[in-house]
Amino acid sequence: MASETARTQPKPTSRPDSRPTSERPAPVTPEPRYIGKSFRRVDGRAKVTGATLFADDLAFPRMCFMKLVRSTVPHGLIRNIDFSKAREVEGYLGSITGADTPVPFGILPVSQDEHALCPDKVRMVGDPVAAVAAVTEDAAVEAALAVEVEYQELATIASLEEALATPEPRIHDYPKEGGNVHKAVSMEFGQVEDALAGADLVLEDVFFYEGSTHLPMEQHAAVAVPEDIDRLTLYSSTQTPHYVHRALAKVLELPPSRIRVVACSNGGGFGGKSDPFNHEIAAAKMALLLGRPVKISLTREEVFYCHRGRHPVLMSMKTGFSKDGHILGQHLKTALDGGAYGSYGVASTYYTGALQTVTYKLPAYRFDGVRVFTNKAPCGPKRGHGTPQPRFGWEVQLDKAAEKLSMDPAKLRLQNLEEPGRTTANWLQIGTMGLRRCIEAVVEGSDWSTRYGNLPAGRGLGLACGSYLCGAGLPIYWNHMPQSGVQLLLDRSGSVAVYCGEAEIGQGSDSVLAAITAEVLGIELADIRLCVGDTGFTPVDLGSYSSRVTLMAGNAALEAAQRARALLAEAVCDLLEIAADHLVFADNRVFDSSDPENGMSFQEACVAAEAKFGTLSTVGSYIPPRSPGKYRGAGVGPSPTYSYTAAVIEIEVDSETGLYRPVHVWIAHDIGRSLNPVMVLGQVEGSVYMGLGEAMMEEQAYRRLPAKYSSSLVHKHPSMLEYKSPTFLDMPPVTSYLIEDPDPEGPYGAKEVGQGPLLPVMPALANAIFDAVGVRIDQVPIQPHMILRALAAKARGKAARFGPSSFPEIDFGEILHVPTPEQGGDGRSIDDYRHKLRSGMRSASGTMTTREEALEKHGKLTTD
Amino acid sequence: MLRLPPFHFHQPSTIEEALDVIAGGDPSIRLVAGGTDLWPNMKRRHQKAETVVSLMKIDELRKISEINGAGPDTGAGTGLSIGATTLLDDVVRSSEVQERFPALARATASISSPPLRNMATLGGNLCLDTRCTYYNQTEEWRRSIDYCLKEAGTVCWVAPGSSICWAHSASDSAPMLTALEARVVLRSQTGSREIPLTQLYANDGIHYLQIHPGEILTEIKIPAASGTGARGSRGARGARNGRGGIGSRGGIGGRDNCRTAFWKLRRRGSIDFAVLSVAVALWLADDGVVEKANVVLGSVASRPLEVPAAGEALTGHELDLDVIRVAALAARKAATPMDNTDFKTQWRGLMVERYTEAALCEAASIPHDRPPPPHA
Ligand SMILES: Cc1cc2nc3c(=O)[nH]c(=O)nc-3n(C[C@H](O)[C@H](O)[C@H](O)COP(=O)(O)OP(=O)(O)OC[C@H]3O[C@@H](n4cnc5c(N)ncnc54)[C@H](O)[C@@H]3O)c2cc1C
Ligand code: SF4
Repeated sequence: MASETARTQPKPTSRPDSRPTSERPAPVTPEPRYIGKSFRRVDGRAKVTGATLFADDLAFPRMCFMKLVRSTVPHGLIRNIDFSKAREVEGYLGSITGADTPVPFGILPVSQDEHALCPDKVRMVGDPVAAVAAVTEDAAVEAALAVEVEYQELATIASLEEALATPEPRIHDYPKEGGNVHKAVSMEFGQVEDALAGADLVLEDVFFYEGSTHLPMEQHAAVAVPEDIDRLTLYSSTQTPHYVHRALAKVLELPPSRIRVVACSNGGGFGGKSDPFNHEIAAAKMALLLGRPVKISLTREEVFYCHRGRHPVLMSMKTGFSKDGHILGQHLKTALDGGAYGSYGVASTYYTGALQTVTYKLPAYRFDGVRVFTNKAPCGPKRGHGTPQPRFGWEVQLDKAAEKLSMDPAKLRLQNLEEPGRTTANWLQIGTMGLRRCIEAVVEGSDWSTRYGNLPAGRGLGLACGSYLCGAGLPIYWNHMPQSGVQLLLDRSGSVAVYCGEAEIGQGSDSVLAAITAEVLGIELADIRLCVGDTGFTPVDLGSYSSRVTLMAGNAALEAAQRARALLAEAVCDLLEIAADHLVFADNRVFDSSDPENGMSFQEACVAAEAKFGTLSTVGSYIPPRSPGKYRGAGVGPSPTYSYTAAVIEIEVDSETGLYRPVHVWIAHDIGRSLNPVMVLGQVEGSVYMGLGEAMMEEQAYRRLPAKYSSSLVHKHPSMLEYKSPTFLDMPPVTSYLIEDPDPEGPYGAKEVGQGPLLPVMPALANAIFDAVGVRIDQVPIQPHMILRALAAKARGKAARFGPSSFPEIDFGEILHVPTPEQGGDGRSIDDYRHKLRSGMRSASGTMTTREEALEKHGKLTTD
Repeated sequence: MLRLPPFHFHQPSTIEEALDVIAGGDPSIRLVAGGTDLWPNMKRRHQKAETVVSLMKIDELRKISEINGAGPDTGAGTGLSIGATTLLDDVVRSSEVQERFPALARATASISSPPLRNMATLGGNLCLDTRCTYYNQTEEWRRSIDYCLKEAGTVCWVAPGSSICWAHSASDSAPMLTALEARVVLRSQTGSREIPLTQLYANDGIHYLQIHPGEILTEIKIPAASGTGARGSRGARGARNGRGGIGSRGGIGGRDNCRTAFWKLRRRGSIDFAVLSVAVALWLADDGVVEKANVVLGSVASRPLEVPAAGEALTGHELDLDVIRVAALAARKAATPMDNTDFKTQWRGLMVERYTEAALCEAASIPHDRPPPPHA
């Protein structure tokens, strides 16, 4: 992939060829030393030299190895497990089964439906039924293969349609929705039917978005180290050590204070390591029973079974426009194929509706969503969590609307833009909003105005936009505590230790923490030591998910560093008689801005402060602002602020084979302020890469065998060779623009970049195909045969499209009516309390219900 | 990581020693060259061995040399001999191969990825196991489908009524070398035999190789008559970088009478096996009339699939788009793409026609509409 110099303004942001110089003149008003500069990552050297220890690199005295025995049937009851042959394998140490781990767990309080080892029933090929340990990994493999399991098979469910049509057997018994429906939601903001009735143009489309997996380079691994009786440390490749900590305490039935979870450096996560996993808990249990360290390293196939990737989603989208191109209202229906477990699925379901409103003004909006269980690996959060699917539909539909209204797709979007500071119909609070500048940048960069619609046959341009959270407004379990905490420890040596529960998964969160701290204290990155992602030693941070770490841990670090600075300042001002507002921290010194000679080294300042106050430590924490939405389900969607992205893709399509290739991508991202432009560009380009994979080829596909011979239901290709993800030969050049408009909620004005830039990529590709050959592909991944089929349909005078034909009849439950801000609503649904009693959902699923239960326990009766 | 099961390992330094170890034809003894096919298969346990005999310490098997008269049917001139354990990367970089058999350089450069080409051998590529998405899976995965015909099972999941296995021949050098009418030398303790490469294969996913127990493939011979003789011909360019994704084009024959091309269809620009490869070699008379034409397809049958009907459609004609289209249609009819690899089966059938057309146009230097390959 190449970053190209664009011919036009604004200038694309390119990677600097040399790292920042280290000679700095003593500043009077200090320039930022790191913030906004492309400084080298604090973990960069260790990563490229191989010094970084990933979980699989760890070794401990007497460490043994564990393998999981996984189900070979897609749905069934465990009848017998025979270890007799396994025991004969030389080096065999022991085994455990579901009887040893009877307590269920799950990432969401409302979906505690997983077991470390299945106690009685398996729900997919790959479900763990037993674990064996041996002195070598080879012996553990042989022993696991030698375990014989007998199952009584149950009928299987392979797809969304089958799940809706098959109430029995139920994959899980607990959801109130009944049958194999995990979750159903229905909510309306404003009067959608009226809006559609008054529209000049109503478009109704059905889209399908196939599931895909994260494919991190590093396969999950964990090492459990027992310490004494009933006490242990678990090292794991996890994005969420705090949630793993909670799950371990629950299943092992130990006080959390006896358990320490350390998140090792992750070789990529993308959402695939943000659940607590069965192998982590089973290793911990095994370690406690054997009294020796236990390591488990998953194979690539097992990672495909951990999954938690993109949900396959079938969508129906009906939107009304005025003839001058204003959006009047939308009714969106989504149906998610959740796989065998809950995971984040309840949140994912809400997310397929929640962010539909934050890019363009949508005065009336109805969202119906349903998630079903199937006998496949569970889906969950993958980069963009639940939002890329409806975003794909929305941006393709806008392209269709522009065509119908004979408007330029860029202009249609620009005239409907949501405004900064507004509250959307579904009660999300918009912060700063850089989408206009994003669209302008890519339009100019791609020479859109002259080239769109005018390229030779087979060449096309497509535009699309997107938006994403900068951290979820609410934690996963309801509580009143900070979502992120940072503690600093300073001492007379002048070194600063930063403690924070965040997990570095490659996104650069360690570097952000260090840079913010160094910037505030005027010291160098090399003077800072980090201790992160360690539940035994660091303040809680909820983890690396929902694009939250830069904003939340960054704000916590800012607060802690400012407090440390204040302590040092007080001590220095006393000694040197400098007015507090004249004090500058820069260049490893603390000095008078009007008389730079009058000052002392940072280390001397630490000595002064330690002498004055005793041992030096400060803390900072972050709690997001309350969101104005108060209705059931309002917990999913709020964020301190939102990032925005626009992209244009140029494509080349061969209309005789359907083969195509993107030739260039222009992408502009509203980052608020980039703390480190090179790291931001890495996320932007990585998102383009991942987005193209989803748009062009990635498929977490399952296959059934002919029913006459077999009841198998298996992952089609759980390997990196057969699961197709682009190589860098498949990557087109990318021109990136970073749009800066500092957001008051972000540290130094920063917003997220980990997920947002992925969102416009898939629809931009589909829209480009339309410009190139005049057919619509309403599903991803877009395969060459689909283009040929659509072209053939077009030639026969039929609809020039390939995609799903219909959306099934689904009972989404009772609608929750929520008046919009424009209607004078107060953020609540009409008759909220009675509605819940009536619908029997008073204490059923949904994060907000959990929140209410928690509040009731605290003696409050209402939800505000 | 998948683990290799335990086995005994031999590394003889002479062919005789190697022949001694495998002489009895014991099926639990296997040969290995680069191991890029055998090791993954043993890790997944669909190929098993108690003893593995490596050929990589036998120096005489790793060489490229000129030979006179490569075979009884192919006349005089200087052909090429390639030792069986010559690395794919050495084949790609060989100036003799690049200049005289540019399409072979291109076909070889399209195999897997650069690191694998530094391990893999040409002999190994010719003996490569047939592939199928129900077979190239882990032991646990295959347990969950109760295996299949090719291994321990009773049903072919690709064609459940079938009594034979339809796993496809996935080698890229095999169709090209077949089109070039290469011959192979097989040695055993009792002697050596030389056969046309095409006779090495059977159209059967299980018994795809006609190698006798106790034999080693030692040498691949390409006849002089299949060379282009054109120094620095166009086709050699770009072969070295090993790119070539969907639609990578093969080398173009030079001024001499044999013109060749190789097109490979796959999902990505590297790593992927072909879902279709088209190898063509055309021999023209001075007046431009086709004297002989070989069209050989890869990945659409259990062996490199020769399409005589395509050759017949071309023979006796001057090359133009019309005859090429007839030949391409014949290729499509001969191919039996099955649902055991990437992409939709029906679309792959169509692509046999499009790609054969494109490969023939290229060999004939006729302009065509197929867009340039993404990475070539
Ligand atoms: C990720 C990946 C991608 C690949 N992509 C391609 C591709 O695009 N195209 C392609 O053609 N191949 C591809 N391959 C397959 C493989 O790498 C090549 O076919 C390679 O050339 C095999 O050679 P080798 O020396 O490594 O064979 P080995 O693995 O050593 O041997 C392969 C088989 O041949 C037998 N054998 C080897 N040498 C001899 C001999 N001299 N006599 C008798 N029997 C012998 C072995 O016993 C074994 O059964 C790919 C493999 C991988 C892992
Ligand atoms: S073609 Fe049939 S028998 Fe052969 S490997 Fe595939 S499933 Fe097995």
